[in-house]
Amino acid sequence: MTHRMLNRIGLLFAALVMISPVILFFIWMISLSLKFEIDNGAYPPILIPERVAWSNYAKVFEENNFLLYFWNSVLVTGAATLLALVIGVPAGYGIARLKAERAAMVIMIARMTPGLSFLIPLFLLFQWMNLLGTLLPQIIIHLVVTVPIVVWIMIGYFETTPKELEEAASIDGATSWQVFRLVALPIAKPGIVVAFILAVIFSWNNFVFGIVLASRETRTLPVAVYNMLSFEQVSWGPLAAAALIVTLPVLVLTMFAQKQIVAGLTAGAVKGG
Amino acid sequence: MASVTVDTSAADAVTAKGVKPPRLAPNYWPFVVPALVVIGAVIVFPWVFTLWMSVNSWTLGQEQEFIGLDNYIRLAGDMRFWESMWHTAIYTVLSVVAPLFLGTLAALVFDGQFPLRGFLRGVFVMPMMATPVAIALVWTMMFHPQLGVLNYLLSLVGIGAQEWIYNQSTVIPSLVLVETWQWTPLIMLIVLGGLAAVPREPYESAEIDGANAWQKFRYLTLPMIAPFLMIAVIIRSIDAVKSFDIIYAMTQGGPGTASETINIYLYNTAFAYYDIGYGSAMAVVFFVVIVALSFVLMMVRARTNWADMEDR
Repeated sequence: MTHRMLNRIGLLFAALVMISPVILFFIWMISLSLKFEIDNGAYPPILIPERVAWSNYAKVFEENNFLLYFWNSVLVTGAATLLALVIGVPAGYGIARLKAERAAMVIMIARMTPGLSFLIPLFLLFQWMNLLGTLLPQIIIHLVVTVPIVVWIMIGYFETTPKELEEAASIDGATSWQVFRLVALPIAKPGIVVAFILAVIFSWNNFVFGIVLASRETRTLPVAVYNMLSFEQVSWGPLAAAALIVTLPVLVLTMFAQKQIVAGLTAGAVKGG
Repeated sequence: MASVTVDTSAADAVTAKGVKPPRLAPNYWPFVVPALVVIGAVIVFPWVFTLWMSVNSWTLGQEQEFIGLDNYIRLAGDMRFWESMWHTAIYTVLSVVAPLFLGTLAALVFDGQFPLRGFLRGVFVMPMMATPVAIALVWTMMFHPQLGVLNYLLSLVGIGAQEWIYNQSTVIPSLVLVETWQWTPLIMLIVLGGLAAVPREPYESAEIDGANAWQKFRYLTLPMIAPFLMIAVIIRSIDAVKSFDIIYAMTQGGPGTASETINIYLYNTAFAYYDIGYGSAMAVVFFVVIVALSFVLMMVRARTNWADMEDR
C-alpha cells in the first residue's frame, strides 16, 4: 500500500518536472505583461512587481487597433471554419462510404504541403481579381487549412460509424440526402465537434497567410502582434500583453476541450501514417 | 430489423453475381462534389499554377517570359539555396530527436496513475495549441542577451551569458529549443496512445523472471510502441521541415542567413524580392522534398511493422 503511494507521489513529481517548462513560460509571459518598462528592464529580473501595470492591456487596445484585429480574426476563422464544415463534413461522409482512396490521398498531400506554396499563386490570383484589401482573400486561403483537416477527421470518423442503420433507412425509401441528414449526421456529432475545434485553432493561429495578404485594416491578430514588434519602439509590457490576448482564446479552448483535441490529434496522427 | 437482414443478404448475393443492386448503392458523389470544387480551386489549382510559374521568368511588375528549366538550373547552382537546405536538415533532425526523446519520457510518466493526472496532461498540451507567433515573441524576450530571463537563470547555476538567437552558431539550437517546447506534447500524446494498447501479461511474466525497469522498457515496451514512435517521427519530420512561424517571427532567417531554412528563403524570394518564377521553382523542389521525405519514412515504417510481425 505504502509502496503504491510512494509510486504515485514519484510519478506526480516526475510529471511536475516535465510540465515545469510550460508553467514557468506562461507565468513569465503573464509577469512580463503586467510590468512597467522599468521592472521589465531590471536585472536581476523581477517576477512579481510592486506596481502592477494593468495599463499595458489598455494600451494594446487603445494604440494598436486590437479590437478591429480581434474582430478580423473572428470573421476569418469563423467563416473559414463554417465553410469547411458545410462542405467538408458531407465530403468526409462521401469519401468514407465510397472508399475513395485517391480523394483521401489528395487530402493527405494537401495537409503535408507547406502553406507558403499555396500563397504565391493565390496571391497573384487575388491581385488580378482585385480582392486584396478585403477579408475575402484570407477567408478563402484559410480554407487551405480548414477543409483538409475537417475532411480528414470526418473520413476517419465515418469509417467507424455503423452502416447498417443507413442501409435500413435507404431500404425504407429515404433518399441519400435524408440518410445522411437524419441517420449519419446525428451519430457523427462528436467527430464534428473535434473537427470544428481543430479547424478553429489552426485557422486562428495561422500567421503566414496574413503577413502577405493582410493590409492595415485587414490584419488578423497573429499578424497584428508581429507588427507591433517590427514597426514600433519595442516595449515589452504591451507586447507580452498583446501576445497573451492573441493566444488566450485558444488556450481556454484547449483547457475546456482537452478530450476532443487529444482524440482528434491522435486519430489524425494514427491515420496520417 | 428482420427485413433488413434478409434484404442485405439478398443484395450480397446479387453483388456476388456482378450485378449492382439497384437500391442499395446510394449515390455518394453529390456529397463530395462541393469539396472537390473547393479543393480544386484553392489546392490543386495553386499546385498546377506554381508548376507553370516555375518555368517562367517572372518578377512582379515586369513582363513574364517562358524560360523552360532555367529557374531549376539556377537553383542547382545557388549556394544560398543549398545552405538553406542544410539548415533545414539540421533543424529538422534536432526538432525530431529532442521532442521524440522527451515526449516518450513524458508519455511513460503520464501512462501511470497519479493525482491530478488529467489536469496536468491538459497543461502539458497547451504549448502545441498556443499561437506560434505569440509564443515566439515571448521567447525572443526571454532570449535577450542582457535583459532576458534565460541568461539570468543560467547565471544562477554558474553558466555564462549566451547570445541565443543573436549568434550564428547558437541560433538554430535556440530555435529548436522553442520548437521542442512547443511540440513535445504531440509526441507524448501519440506515444501515450501506443502505451494504452500495450497488454499487461508480458510484464507480469517478466517480473516473475526478475527483469528490472530498464529491461522491461527496452525489451517489452519499446518494441511494442515502435510503430507509434515511427508515426510520431513521420508527423514531426513533416511539420519540422515546414516550420515557418517561429523562425520568421524570431530571426527572419538571421543573423545573416544563419537560420534561413528553405521555407524562409522561399518566402524572401517570392515576397521580399518578388521573384515569383524563381520562388515557384523553389516551392516545387520543396514540395518534392517533403513528399520524398514522407515516402521514405512510410517505407521505413512498413518495414518496421513487417519486422514486428516476424518477431511474433
